[in-house]
Amino acid sequence: MEFFLVQLLNGISYGLLLFMLSSGLTIVFSLMGVLNFAHASFYMLGAYFAYQVSRTIGFWPALVVAPLLVGLIGMAVERFALRRAHRYGHVAELLFTFGLAYLIEEAVHLVWGRVAVDYKVPAELEGPLFSILGTPYPAYRAFMMFIAVGMLVSMWLALTRTRIGLVIQAALSHPETVEALGHNVPRVFMLVFGGGAALAGLAGVIGGNAFVTDPGMAAAVGPIVFVIVVVGGMGSLAGAFYASLLIGLIQTFAVSLDWGLFGYKISQIAPVLPYLVMVAMLIVRPRGLMGTRDG
Amino acid sequence: MGKTIWIVTALVMLAAPWAFPGGFALTLLTQMGTLIIFALSYNMLLGQGGMLSFGHAVYSGLGAYITVHALNAIGKSWGWVTPLPLLPLVGGFAGLAFGVIFGYVTTKKAGTTFAMISLGIGELVYACVLMFPGFFGGEAGISTNRTVGQPLFGITFGPSIQVYYLVAAWCFACMVAMYALTQTPLGRMANAVRDNPERAEFVGYDTQKVRFLQLVLSAFFAGISGALSCINFEIVSAENVSAIRSGGVLLAAFIGGIPFFFGPVIGAIVFIFFVAALSGFTKAWLLYLGLFFCIMVLYAPGGIASLFLMQIGLARAGRLRRMALPYALAAAAALVALAGLIGLVESVYRLSDVTSDPQMVLFGLELNAKDPAVWIGSGLLLACGLLAIRFASRTVVARWDAVQQELKGASA
Amino acid sequence: MNIRVVGTAFLAAASVAFAAPALAQSKAKGNPVKIAYIDPLSGPFANVGEAGLHHFRAMADEINSKGGLNGRPVEVVGFDNKVSPQEALNQLKRVIDGGIQYITQGNGSSVAGALIEAVNRHNERNPGKEILYLNYAAVDPAFTNEKCSFWHFRFDANSDMKMESLTTWMAQNKSIKKVYLINQDYSFGHAVKKAAREMLARKRPDIEIVGDDLHPLGKVTDFSPYVAKMKQAGADTVITGNWGQDMALLIKAAKDGGFGGSFYTYYGGGLGALSTIGESGVGNLKQITEWHENVPTKIEKWTQDFEKKYKVDFYYLRVRTMMSMLAEAAKKAKSVEPKAVAYALEGMRFQTETGEVEMRKQDHQLIQPLYLSTVQRVAAKGGPKDVKYDVENTGLGFRTDAKLDAFTSAGFTSCNMKRP
Repeated sequence: MEFFLVQLLNGISYGLLLFMLSSGLTIVFSLMGVLNFAHASFYMLGAYFAYQVSRTIGFWPALVVAPLLVGLIGMAVERFALRRAHRYGHVAELLFTFGLAYLIEEAVHLVWGRVAVDYKVPAELEGPLFSILGTPYPAYRAFMMFIAVGMLVSMWLALTRTRIGLVIQAALSHPETVEALGHNVPRVFMLVFGGGAALAGLAGVIGGNAFVTDPGMAAAVGPIVFVIVVVGGMGSLAGAFYASLLIGLIQTFAVSLDWGLFGYKISQIAPVLPYLVMVAMLIVRPRGLMGTRDG
Repeated sequence: MGKTIWIVTALVMLAAPWAFPGGFALTLLTQMGTLIIFALSYNMLLGQGGMLSFGHAVYSGLGAYITVHALNAIGKSWGWVTPLPLLPLVGGFAGLAFGVIFGYVTTKKAGTTFAMISLGIGELVYACVLMFPGFFGGEAGISTNRTVGQPLFGITFGPSIQVYYLVAAWCFACMVAMYALTQTPLGRMANAVRDNPERAEFVGYDTQKVRFLQLVLSAFFAGISGALSCINFEIVSAENVSAIRSGGVLLAAFIGGIPFFFGPVIGAIVFIFFVAALSGFTKAWLLYLGLFFCIMVLYAPGGIASLFLMQIGLARAGRLRRMALPYALAAAAALVALAGLIGLVESVYRLSDVTSDPQMVLFGLELNAKDPAVWIGSGLLLACGLLAIRFASRTVVARWDAVQQELKGASA
Repeated sequence: MNIRVVGTAFLAAASVAFAAPALAQSKAKGNPVKIAYIDPLSGPFANVGEAGLHHFRAMADEINSKGGLNGRPVEVVGFDNKVSPQEALNQLKRVIDGGIQYITQGNGSSVAGALIEAVNRHNERNPGKEILYLNYAAVDPAFTNEKCSFWHFRFDANSDMKMESLTTWMAQNKSIKKVYLINQDYSFGHAVKKAAREMLARKRPDIEIVGDDLHPLGKVTDFSPYVAKMKQAGADTVITGNWGQDMALLIKAAKDGGFGGSFYTYYGGGLGALSTIGESGVGNLKQITEWHENVPTKIEKWTQDFEKKYKVDFYYLRVRTMMSMLAEAAKKAKSVEPKAVAYALEGMRFQTETGEVEMRKQDHQLIQPLYLSTVQRVAAKGGPKDVKYDVENTGLGFRTDAKLDAFTSAGFTSCNMKRP
């Protein structure tokens, strides 16, 4: 029973981290139609910035500063490159972000080297927070969940309750009308892209020290995040949420199962399961969990 | 015009080993041959069908695995004449078979969704290759020996030059076949589905089916290129299906120019140059490649081929000379900026890796990466170069427009 | 775009710039004997390859100061294989073009396997121009068993030998009762898993194997479910062949999940590992290697000079052994021809800093003593007194638990070598 509970919490916390990543990607995609291939690279940048900032002024300021820096970089990318690529269509934008992922990885190699950096969990959050039937549960995992849920709520409030959120939603469906009403649509897009990058950066800040901060971290999570967006339904935030939890739980629980099939244990293929889920989803329900479009 | 291009291509392929002698150069030429087929097959998806794939190496890689098993099964016991020249067909049909299986899933969607699904399938296959070492040989891969059976007219396919000509022959045949495909109704329909899927659907075509057929055919040619790389290297390993390969072919095709049939050929040659030759000179080659690609996406989405073709129109009208001065200006500006960029990048690389020697030789000069003068100098060069490019590009555009106007006026 | 001309010119310029200072104080004269170092020098593993290259350069300097190979200087030339078997074969073509007859490589058994096959083919097709392959780190047991070759010599203990030593020590440690195996799902991980099961069953049948997991290579970001399983199974000891990110994440997750058992690893001290793991490893992370910096030896000053000069830790004692044995073999053979040197290397006994080693004639595997060691804080930070040096300035170093004599790990070989 305790084993089950611990695994459940592990699955949910991992799923929530995945959601922090996939939410930014989904928002940018649904508002701008841009599939940001470099999204996981922004996640990596967030972790490295947080490492750098936390070495000088501590972890808590880094929690705010690092995502902001990543957001600024995201805005610069949108303003100086994506806007230009946009003329040639969505494929060109996607290709540019693909090249950008290469560049960011090389830049990280240059600045921070090729091995992992020692980005630590802050001392306040070290150790167990509570015990489940005698098994200690790490405080940092709980903190991750807290940040993720907090972000989810504030994002929802920002999109539905604030003026800028309404403008963003309107710019999504009727950009010309919004422009005619005197809003600067390109600037809205720039903010949205920067916001998406900042969300990935925030995920990096709290994921980088929970796991590992090294130049391979972007490539490690990138494909999974894409799987989530497809499984959840392209452009659906709610879908991304359910898909993230689903993938997080599947991966966690598959590890604990020692059932075999043709001599291969389920636990052995656990990390490949998301891709199988994606293939199955495409065969059964091509639009994804909550997607509205079939195309 | 059409025929001469093919004849010239064939002659270049025949003569290349004589122009670049040496074992290493021959290896590069052979690799270019296989990559040309691979890049062209990729462009059947991206350029002709509008399908951006991040997992194309799956088809060439699995084709290569099947080929290596076929070659090992034939082995030394084969008493007849060597079947090696026909082996690429095995790879081709293997690629085709996997194209049917995976294509059924991936082509359900188009556009960006297709891109993501292809990425997922690529990851899936890559993970499986490592997971089933019985068939795939694990990380070590599967080695083979290409000299099987009796020699064909004295050709054993042991020496690399014989392999080069085998690859060149297949490369030429595949180029002709893929070009012919673009002229068929299917090729035309693929273009229509790329440009306007709704309209194609209304006309009565099943867009999903067109995408599927296009992908299956493309997988066939990818399989051939995989088989040829298996024959060339005599080993197939997990990297043959890896995301690095899939990304590489995307870069190659795009840099060359996806709107043109011959674009990926140029791209394949440039790409091999970057990977094999440039990496011998500098550790920063990945950065240069990435930068080059990003600049191409932003400023020349038609690739190198489009830049060439733009000049051909002018040359025919005899106006190319009018562009000479602005072009020279732009080239000079670009060279200045490039020199500054190289100076900065190389210095940063030297300093970031504490173990390497800060002393370096650039443009025949002995420089020290720790010397602030090098930094300031490079930075100034880069800044001046960028400003000059801004200025030069305006002149180029102005002159270009003027010449186009003249041409219009002349024809009217 | 004449690649060859440009390339040659550039390489010539570069080699003048790099080689000139190195040869300045060398006693050896004449045409250098070149050794091609074919390992990653760009991309994600470049740091590992660079560090190895520095070991070789330092040893070349030392050998040259003592008269080189029969009076001819040794020169190590780097070739970038990007950890890809196919790119390694490309580089091998360049090596052959350049007339170099010695190659060395270590990162990745996949690359090593491809090189062995290619060297065999080349030597068969080109008699008189043979190439000798000196392997300093690729540990797949097959290379000195069913795939053994006259042209291949291995100076690292293979993975079965390391497991043999590891389990010999575990067999004496009665507190070990429940062992958990977790490995990467590819050929090396499978070899570790198989060897661990066989050897534990033979030496300590009472030890219970309470779990046995294989996970995909480099794909797991969250190891906490695995740690929960280990705790559930009540394991007191974990054996893992994991390296790189897979090992660092596992140890970190174990600490977060409150798992208290010890980890017996192959690569606990590998480049970058301790920097990531940090304090989580103290007292419970063990590694099996041929050497670590806190083994007292006569080359203490030499290693410190090395670290000052190249700013990386001296990790590969076997590179020292390999280069010294190569010089010895050339002397014995009175030649630098690969075939003659290979015959001289076979069966050679040699005195190293940690004891006598032997290049076994049957399979060209070096039989050498191994050390089991545990992560501790360095003496300066309140750790045990004999932990003098740390790894990568982490404040953590290794402390010897046991030295396992060469014969412990020797084992048998199924090699049936064809000699030219």
